[in-house]
Amino acid sequence: MRILVAMSGGVDSSVVAALLKRQGHEVIGATLQLYDHSGPAKPGACCAGRDIMDARAVAERIGFPHYVIDAESRFRESVIESFADSYARGETPVPCVACNQGVKFTDLLNMARDLGCEAMATGHYVRRVEGADGVEMHRPVDRDRDQTWFLFATTREQLEFLRFPLGEMPDKAHVRALAEELGLDVATKRDSQDICFVTNGSYAGLVEAMRPEIEGPGDIVDAEGRVLGRHEGIARYTVGQSRRLGDIHTGTGERQVVTKIDVPSRRIIVGPRQQLSTDENRRVVMLRDMNWLIDAPAEGVTCGVQMRAREGLRQARVRPLENGRAEVLLDEPALAAPGQACVMYEGERVLGGGFILS
Amino acid sequence: MLHSPLSMGGTTPIYLDANATEPLRPAARDALLDGLSIEGNPSSVHAAGRKARSLLEQARRSLAGAFGREADCCVFTSGGTEADTLAVHAFGKHAGRRILIGATEHDAVRRVAPHAGVIPVNEQGVIDCSALEALLVEAQKAGETALVCVMAANNETGVYAPLEDIATLCRQYEAFLHIDAVQAAGRMPMPGQSCAEWDYFSKALEGGFLKEASLAVSAHKMGGPKGSGALLLPEDKPLMPLLPGGGQERGRRGGTPALAAHMGMVAALQESQKQDWVAIATLRDQLQDVLVAAGAELVGGKVARLPNTLNVILPGVASQMQLMMLDIAGFCVSAGSACSSGKVARSHVLEAMGLGERAGQALRVSLPWNVTKESVEAFGNAYIDMVKHFSERGLVKAPQVCAQREV
Repeated sequence: MRILVAMSGGVDSSVVAALLKRQGHEVIGATLQLYDHSGPAKPGACCAGRDIMDARAVAERIGFPHYVIDAESRFRESVIESFADSYARGETPVPCVACNQGVKFTDLLNMARDLGCEAMATGHYVRRVEGADGVEMHRPVDRDRDQTWFLFATTREQLEFLRFPLGEMPDKAHVRALAEELGLDVATKRDSQDICFVTNGSYAGLVEAMRPEIEGPGDIVDAEGRVLGRHEGIARYTVGQSRRLGDIHTGTGERQVVTKIDVPSRRIIVGPRQQLSTDENRRVVMLRDMNWLIDAPAEGVTCGVQMRAREGLRQARVRPLENGRAEVLLDEPALAAPGQACVMYEGERVLGGGFILS
Repeated sequence: MLHSPLSMGGTTPIYLDANATEPLRPAARDALLDGLSIEGNPSSVHAAGRKARSLLEQARRSLAGAFGREADCCVFTSGGTEADTLAVHAFGKHAGRRILIGATEHDAVRRVAPHAGVIPVNEQGVIDCSALEALLVEAQKAGETALVCVMAANNETGVYAPLEDIATLCRQYEAFLHIDAVQAAGRMPMPGQSCAEWDYFSKALEGGFLKEASLAVSAHKMGGPKGSGALLLPEDKPLMPLLPGGGQERGRRGGTPALAAHMGMVAALQESQKQDWVAIATLRDQLQDVLVAAGAELVGGKVARLPNTLNVILPGVASQMQLMMLDIAGFCVSAGSACSSGKVARSHVLEAMGLGERAGQALRVSLPWNVTKESVEAFGNAYIDMVKHFSERGLVKAPQVCAQREV
C-alpha cells in the first residue's frame, strides 16, 4: 500500500521507512520543518536542520521519494506559543503531546490522506493492536522506550490510520542492528531526548524571553504566606518538585515540595512533603481535553494512572464529566502538576487520558 | 481501500522544469568534453596554456558577439548568481549608487541587496514604470544616482520586463541598468533572429537601447553545464572584483576559468538560437488550455512571456501538495523557488503580483528544449487526474468562491 512515513532523520523513523519499503510498500517520506534552522544545529534533539539532510539521505539510499514539509508557523503557534502560555499560567506543559496531536497526527496525517495514502507510519514506540471493538493502543514490547504517555491524545480515528512498526521491537539494540543491516548511516546516531526547540539548554530562558512578564525573582512562601526564601523565576518550578528550594528544607526542618505556583504574585507556595502525602484533599484530580480510547464509561473506570513522563502507575477511579473533562479519584493522595498529562492504563492497554487542571 | 489516483510513474520521470535547469544539449556535451581534454591553464605562458587561452578567448568572442558586445566586455563567472552579485557590488555598492530592484527579482539579486528600493509590478507581473520613475526622481532629489536591477524574463511566470521603457528611464535619470537575463538568454530571440511575438529583447540588444546595460547570463539555463555564466558589461572597463585571486578575467574575476564549462555554454547558446521556440510556445499554449479547462487559474497569461513557461494556480491546494502528487506520478515541475532544505515556500513573485494566499497554490511548468508532444499530453492528463482527486477530497475551491473572496 501507499504509506507515508513521518521521518525525523533519526534512526527509529529511518528504520521504519526502510522496513516498510523492504516489505514492498509504496513509501513516501516526509520530514516536518518545525522551525528556522539558520542557527547551529543541536545534536541530540530531533528536528534540527541536519536531521532533514539525514532523512533525505536515507530516502535516497533506500530509494523512495522524500519531502520537506513547512510546518514552521503551525508549530510556532500550536506548540511553542502554547508552551510559553502554559508556563505563564503557572502550569508545566508537555509540548511533545501538543506536537503529536496537532502538527503530526492532524496536519501531516491529513496530508497523507490527501496524497492517497492508506496509512501513516512513525518511529514511535507504541503498539497498535486490532481489537474486537476496533484499534487499541498498547505499551510497546520494549518497555524502556515506552512512548504511550506522550501519545495518549491520539484519537481512535487517527489510530486507525497510523502504524507503529517499532512497537514490536524487543529493544533499541535490535533497531540499531536493523539500521546497520539496512545500510543506514544513521545507525549510530544518538537519540533525541530534550525538547527539540529549546536550543540553548534552558527552556526557562526561552519561556522568559517569550513571556517577559513572568521573568524575575519572587518569594517562596508556605501555605500561610510566610516567606521562607526567594526564587529566580516561576518558569523554573513545577508542582511536586523539591529541587531549587535552597536551604528551605533545613530551615523548616522538613522536606518541602512545591504545591502551587501563583502567577500574579509570582509566588511559589510550598508545603511539607510528609504532610501532603496524607492530605485527603489531594486525592481528587480534575482533567480537561480528555481523549478516550475506549467508549467513555459513564460510571467510571478503575485503572492505573500515570501523571508524569517518568513515573509509576497510581491506582485510581476515573469518571467522565461534561465538556471533555474527567474526575480522577486516586487511591492515595498525590501532587498533580497542572498542564501535565494524566494517562489511564489497564494492563498493557491505554484507555485514554487528559491534561491536569489547575 | 482508498482510491490511489496517481500511481508511481515509470522509471524515467517526465521533466518539465526547464527554468530550474535545462537538460544538457548534445552540442554542449560535445563542447564540454572537448574542453575537458585541454591540458593547459589559460594563464600559462607555454604552448598548452596558449591553446587553452585561445579556446577561452574564442568562447568569449562568441558569447559576447551573440549579445552584440565586444569580447572584452565578457567576464566569465561561475553562473548567474555570481554575475548578478558582481554587478550589484561593482555598479551599486562600490559605485555608491542607490539600488533599485524589481519586486519579482530572483534571490540572486534580492539577497545581495536586501535594503534596495523595490519597484512594484502590476497584477500580471510587469514592472510599473511610473513607480520606477518616482523612485528615480526620489534618488535624484537625494543627490544620488541609481542602479536599476530587473530581470528580462521572470523565472516563475516567464513574464517579460518592459525593457525599452526601463532603459529609457534609466538614460533619462542617468541610472545604471543591470539586466538579469538568466531565463531570457537563449529563449528570447537574439540579434539577427526574428520572431513576431516576442522580439523586443532582440531589438533591445540590436537597436542599442540596452547598450549601456550589463547582462547576467547562466549556461545551464540555455542547455549548457551548471557552474558557468557570464557578466556582459556595456563597455570594456575595470571592475571591483568579488574574487581578486590571480587577476584572471583582466582583474575582474580571479580564479582559473572553467574553460570546458564556458565552451559548453557557448555551444548551448548557439543551439538555443536555432531552437524552434514557436513550436515550444504552441505546446505550452495547448497545455495551458488543458490546465485552465481543468480548473487552473493562469498567472501572467495576459502579457508577453517566455515561450516555454506556464504558471497556474489550483485554488485551495498548496503548491507542496501538487508538487508531491505530480512527483509521485512521475512528473518534475516546480513551484517558485525551493529553499536549500527542500521546503516549498510561498512565492514572493506571486505575492508581489497581489495574489495573496494563492501565491502558495501555484505550479510552474517550464518546457525544456527537448520536450515532446507526448510528454506534454501525459502531463495534461496527470494534472486532470490530480484536480479530480483533490476535488474529491474537497480541497479544490471553486473559482467563483475565489472571485467572491477577492471582493
